[in-house]
Amino acid sequence: MSQAPAAAPGSGFDARQLRRDFPILATEVYGKPLTYLDNAASSQRPAQVIDAVAHYERHLHANVHRGVHYLSQQATDAYEGARDRVQAFVNASSRQEIIFTRGTTEAINLVAASLGQALGPDDEILITWLEHHSNIVPWQLACQRSGATLKVAPLLDDGSVDLLAFERLLTERTRIVAISHISNALGTINPVETMVDLAQQAGAKTLIDGAQAVPHQRIDVSALNCDFYAFSGHKMYAPTGIGVLYGRAELLEEMPPYQGGGEMIRTVSFTDTTFNALPYKFEAGTPNISGAVGLGASIDYLNNLDYALLEAHETDLLEYAQAQLLELPGAKIIGTAQRKASVMSFTLGDIHAHDLGTIVDREGVAIRTGHHCAMPVMERFAVPATARASFAFYNLREDVDRLMAGLTQALEIFT
Amino acid sequence: MSDSLLDLYREVILDHNRDPRNFGELDDADRVVEGVNPLCGDRMTLYVKKDKDGKIEDVCFTGSGCAISVASASLMTERIKGLTNDEALELFELVHDVLTGEQEPDPVRLDKLAALAGVRQYPSRIKCASLGWHALKTALTTTDAKISTE
Ligand SMILES: Cc1ncc(COP(=O)(O)O)c(C=O)c1O
Repeated sequence: MSQAPAAAPGSGFDARQLRRDFPILATEVYGKPLTYLDNAASSQRPAQVIDAVAHYERHLHANVHRGVHYLSQQATDAYEGARDRVQAFVNASSRQEIIFTRGTTEAINLVAASLGQALGPDDEILITWLEHHSNIVPWQLACQRSGATLKVAPLLDDGSVDLLAFERLLTERTRIVAISHISNALGTINPVETMVDLAQQAGAKTLIDGAQAVPHQRIDVSALNCDFYAFSGHKMYAPTGIGVLYGRAELLEEMPPYQGGGEMIRTVSFTDTTFNALPYKFEAGTPNISGAVGLGASIDYLNNLDYALLEAHETDLLEYAQAQLLELPGAKIIGTAQRKASVMSFTLGDIHAHDLGTIVDREGVAIRTGHHCAMPVMERFAVPATARASFAFYNLREDVDRLMAGLTQALEIFT
Repeated sequence: MSDSLLDLYREVILDHNRDPRNFGELDDADRVVEGVNPLCGDRMTLYVKKDKDGKIEDVCFTGSGCAISVASASLMTERIKGLTNDEALELFELVHDVLTGEQEPDPVRLDKLAALAGVRQYPSRIKCASLGWHALKTALTTTDAKISTE
C-alpha cells in the first residue's frame, strides 16, 4: 500500500511511529487491517501501560496500606506513586485531592451522593443538554432524594451550550453546576473556564466531567478553578476500572463518606467510627491497584508527547474527515461548534447508523453507532442515532480513507 | 464487498426497508405495544386487530429503526395477517430459533422470512431483527404495553 501522509505535512508529529506502541492496532479484522475509530468509547493501550501492569502483577502485588511485609510496601509505593503522577498531571495542589474511583461514572456518583446529602427542596442543580447519562442520572437521583430541582441548559443548533440561557438558569438557588468539558456525542468543547466563573459568581459548586478531555488536551484543575474534575483511565490509554475524582480539599474534608468499609476508617467501634484522612476517606475497600499502576504508566507515556503537536494532528484528522465526509451524498455532521475535539458524529442520508456500523465493520473499521449514552442530545437534533468516528493521536489520514471507503459501500448497498 | 454483507442486506430486506408494508397507525387496534431496543434507542409501535374468531385481522407498525428491524417487522406484518394466535406464536418461535441459530432455516416453512437468515452471522444485530417479533409476542400473550428486547 502506498504510504499516505500520516498528518498535515510538516506537523512533526510522528503518529505512524507512535502507533507501533499499541500492539492491538496491528490486529486484522475479517482479513482487513483494523481501523480503530471508537476512541471516545475507549482508547487502546500502549505496550508501556500493558507492561507496567504486567510487571506489577508479576513482581509487586499485595494489598496496600495494610501489611508490614515487603510486597505490601512495594504495592503501596506503586499505588501511591500513581496518585502522585495524577496530581502532577492535572496540577492539583495536593495529593489528598486525588481520589481513585472506578471511572468517571463512580466519581460523579460519589459527589452526587455525598455533596447531595446537603441538598434540600429549595436547591437547584444545573447541568447542560450535552451531558453523558453518567452526568445526568446521578443528579436526578440526588434530586429525588432531596427534593432539589434539576435544571438543564439548552444547546444552540451547532451543538454548543447556549451560554446566555446557562447564565439565566444560574440563580442564588443553584448549589451545583455539573458540566462536561468535551461532549462525547458531538465533540463540542465547552468554555468551561467561563462557565466555572459564572457558576462561582452565583455561589455554586462546580463539577467538570473530563472523561473526553483528558486524552485531547492538558488539564490544569488549579487554573480551571473548578471544585471537582472527573475522568476515566480507559479513555486516556490506561486500563478500565480505574478513574479519578479530583476534589478541592476543603470541600472533601467537609463531605460525608460515600461508601463505608476498610481503608476509609481510622477506628471502628459499634458506637463511634472515625474516618480516615483524605483521600482514603473516599476509597473504601481494596482499590484497583493494578489499574492505578496502569494509569500512572499512561500518564508517563502522555507526558512524553508534545501536546501542541498532538492537538494539531488530531485537528488535522478531524478537518480531513469532515471534508471527506461532506463529499458523500446525503452526509450530515451533527455538532458543528467552533471548538471541537476530534469527534465526528454524522448521519448519511436515510441509512440508519446501525447499518452503517455493520457495513464499515466488515471493512475493519470500528465506529460507534447509536445514542452514545446521550439520548437528550439525539432528541435535540431529532435523530434516533448517529454514527460517530472518534480519533486518537495514533490515527492516520488513511484511517479516514478506509472509513470513507466503507461508507461508500453503504451508499452502494442502499441505493 | 463481502458476501456476508450481501447475505445480510438481501434485496428483500432492502426492499422492505425502502418501502415498509403495513406501515402506519391502526385506529381500531385491539392491542398497541411499544417495543424499544435499549441498545440503540430504536422504537417501534405495533398495532394488532383481531377478528371475531380471534384471528389477526389487521396489523400495522410505526417507528424508526435500522434496515434490519424495519424490514423484519414489515415482513412479519405481511405474513401474520389471517393467522390464529397459536399459529402466530408458533411462527414467532420459528423465527426466534432461526435468528439465534438454534434451528437451520427451513426455506419452505420460512418462505419470504428466509431473507432474515443472514442476520445469524451478525450477533449484534439479532436484537434488531427480533424487535417487531417480540412486540408481537407481547401483544398476543400479555396485557403489557411496553417491551424491551433486552
Ligand atoms: C463525557 C463522558 N462522561 C462520562 C463517561 C462515563 O465514563 P465511564 O463509563 O468510564 O465511567 C463517558 C464515557 O462513556 C463520557 O464520554
